Amino acid sequence: MTAALRFDPIRLPPECEQLRKEVRAFLAEEIAAGTFDPHQPNREDTDAPEFSRRVGAKGWLGMTWPKKYGGHERSFLERYVVTEEMRVANAPTRRFFVADRQSGPVLLKYAPENIKMDILPRICRGEVCFAIGMSEPNSGSDLFAAKTRATKTDGGYLINGTKIWTSSAHIADYMIAIFRTSPPTKENRRHGLTQFLVKMKQPGIEVNPIQQITGQYEFNEVVFTDFFVPEDHVLGEVDGAWKQATSELAYERSGPERFLETYYVLTELVRAVGKNPDTRSAEGIGRLVAQLHTMRRMSVSVAGMLQAGKEPVVEASIVKDIGTVWEQALPHRVRDLAAFVEETATNRETLENQLSFAIKTAPKLTIQGGTTEVLRGIIARGLGLR
Amino acid sequence: MAESENIVAETAEKIFADLADAQTINRDKDGAWKAPLWQALSESGLPLSWVPEDCGGSGASLAEGFSVLSAAGRFAVAVPLAETMLAGWLLAQAKISSPDGEMTVAPASPKDRITLNADGSLSGKARGVPFAKAAKHIAVVAGDAKGLSIALVEAAKCRIDAGLGLGGDHSDTVTFDKAQPITTRPAPKGFEQTHLMLMGGVARSLQIAGALESMLEISVRYSNERVAFEKKISKFQAVQHNLARLAGESAAALAAATSAADAIANATSFNDEVFLEAVSAKIRCSEAAEKGGGIAHQVHGAIGFTIEHILHRYSLRALGWRDDFGSESYWAVELGKLVAVRGADELWPLVASR
Repeated sequence: MTAALRFDPIRLPPECEQLRKEVRAFLAEEIAAGTFDPHQPNREDTDAPEFSRRVGAKGWLGMTWPKKYGGHERSFLERYVVTEEMRVANAPTRRFFVADRQSGPVLLKYAPENIKMDILPRICRGEVCFAIGMSEPNSGSDLFAAKTRATKTDGGYLINGTKIWTSSAHIADYMIAIFRTSPPTKENRRHGLTQFLVKMKQPGIEVNPIQQITGQYEFNEVVFTDFFVPEDHVLGEVDGAWKQATSELAYERSGPERFLETYYVLTELVRAVGKNPDTRSAEGIGRLVAQLHTMRRMSVSVAGMLQAGKEPVVEASIVKDIGTVWEQALPHRVRDLAAFVEETATNRETLENQLSFAIKTAPKLTIQGGTTEVLRGIIARGLGLR
Repeated sequence: MAESENIVAETAEKIFADLADAQTINRDKDGAWKAPLWQALSESGLPLSWVPEDCGGSGASLAEGFSVLSAAGRFAVAVPLAETMLAGWLLAQAKISSPDGEMTVAPASPKDRITLNADGSLSGKARGVPFAKAAKHIAVVAGDAKGLSIALVEAAKCRIDAGLGLGGDHSDTVTFDKAQPITTRPAPKGFEQTHLMLMGGVARSLQIAGALESMLEISVRYSNERVAFEKKISKFQAVQHNLARLAGESAAALAAATSAADAIANATSFNDEVFLEAVSAKIRCSEAAEKGGGIAHQVHGAIGFTIEHILHRYSLRALGWRDDFGSESYWAVELGKLVAVRGADELWPLVASR
């Protein structure tokens, strides 16, 4: 076999089901208390600091990290359950999600001890928000074209340049960013970029919000002008960021957030068609549920492989490719199927509002966190085509 | 995969590699390969994998049997191995011993019904029965006012109108006109015809997933050999992205089918959760057969459209297997109805239960 793809039928262990009950009970309480409305995905929810702290207090942030840094030393599969339940409930996770999924693990691996002891426990308590500084005005998918400079100075670096499309930068306490410390070499165009920890909300950083087609302001432009970053904020090897990116990508790409972002419209469609759907609606819903179930089984399988210490980079890329294409098409399929829903369906207005938002959200799903084209390139490499 | 699963699957793989090589079979117009292949499979006890030893079988686990079907799919095996396994499984449900030789099952479509008459004979018509023409015996689910029975019938006692499926394998209409079975026993309590359809559907899902694995492999290989515009076509981004999509369809089919097989192998009943797994596999694998097979052909160009090339052995069988034991459209309607009856707020708990 040239392409030995593996998707073993991993099952969530029994402790996950107890945890799932706890998460559902917690979310039900939050909904009852008015923290958020699960039927309204289109709210401005970037800032839900109290909710974030309560999730931290439950022990659901930094779940897999060492206890010494405030973590809980639980499994990736348990984290998976928390993530999917939050996502399905449309809980306001934006404030802690990036730190928990991505930034924390990077710090764990590359930050000096004093920084780990300072920041990781605060992530676990839900107190800090992270942004990721990758894209620049002339460097998107082509990460290694980044030009924002980090110039060596006494005790650290001076940063000059602009990051863009930076989600949550306007509320973030920290950013993990890549900056250029050396020019690329002839042999390796990926050489010369270094990963840094940046403390936000300081002079020398200007954050300009950018409105998206959904009407929301998640994106920002972040301009650095002679901004000082101390030496110990370098994460990993100077000029060697390209070596550090790949292993984390499997976590970032294969989670439930990669196919559940527009899930709410499917639930609402099922509600709208009622107990006796016509054949067309039944078939449409049946196919969507079969596709959803399959993707989730693929995604859980990758989570299980990660838990077992494997690096299923190709499998994770496949999950994100198929998952994001599916969640992107979902609102359009639901719209097709909803065309003949009775005018009298009590949730018709909710469904229409949700569809309007989901359809506007859809285009970003195959762009953020690695475009479909980039993913297919990675899969092709895994197949031995490159 | 457990150790013993590996051994059973490896035995099957070895037999297929030795005696069911696609290239050899494709050149052999007389079907001379069939008898030695069936003999080797029978000597290894594979056709009766799911029959307990006291019913004349080899008593392998459900999981082991499913792994044999994955291997059969990877070789697009065109003998009634899956069908005989299913027949043996069905007969064993009613503690009926399996005879030697090729078997198949009826009905093979969820809409067909066979009636058990008061005199013990069977009446009714089963369409799209795979390999009925090649079978010596047929394992039948039949009903009367008291409920369902399972019967073993000699194929010679039935009228069999030959038909061909997309892959060129027999897909026949079997008419039971007062056909007297060899043995009839009541089906166990709780048994439904749907259970046979789900088992058959998962078998076909595994076969489709296996065929897609092979289609991916031969498509990747071909793209690394074929030169056009002065370079290997695997170096063109458009081709790479097509193959990445084929890998995605193959992966989805593999995940859905093995998950469903695992669910059935570990279940004590065919409840809603097992139903979700089994019909999702049939739906998603059938969709993958269309999308994935289409890409495999696109990558191969004209050569893949010729009868001399082996691609059609996989692509057409995968498409044909969609129709057996309920099409994806049929099961999608059934799944949609189940989801609707359970209600909107029970959808996520159902999905998350797996």
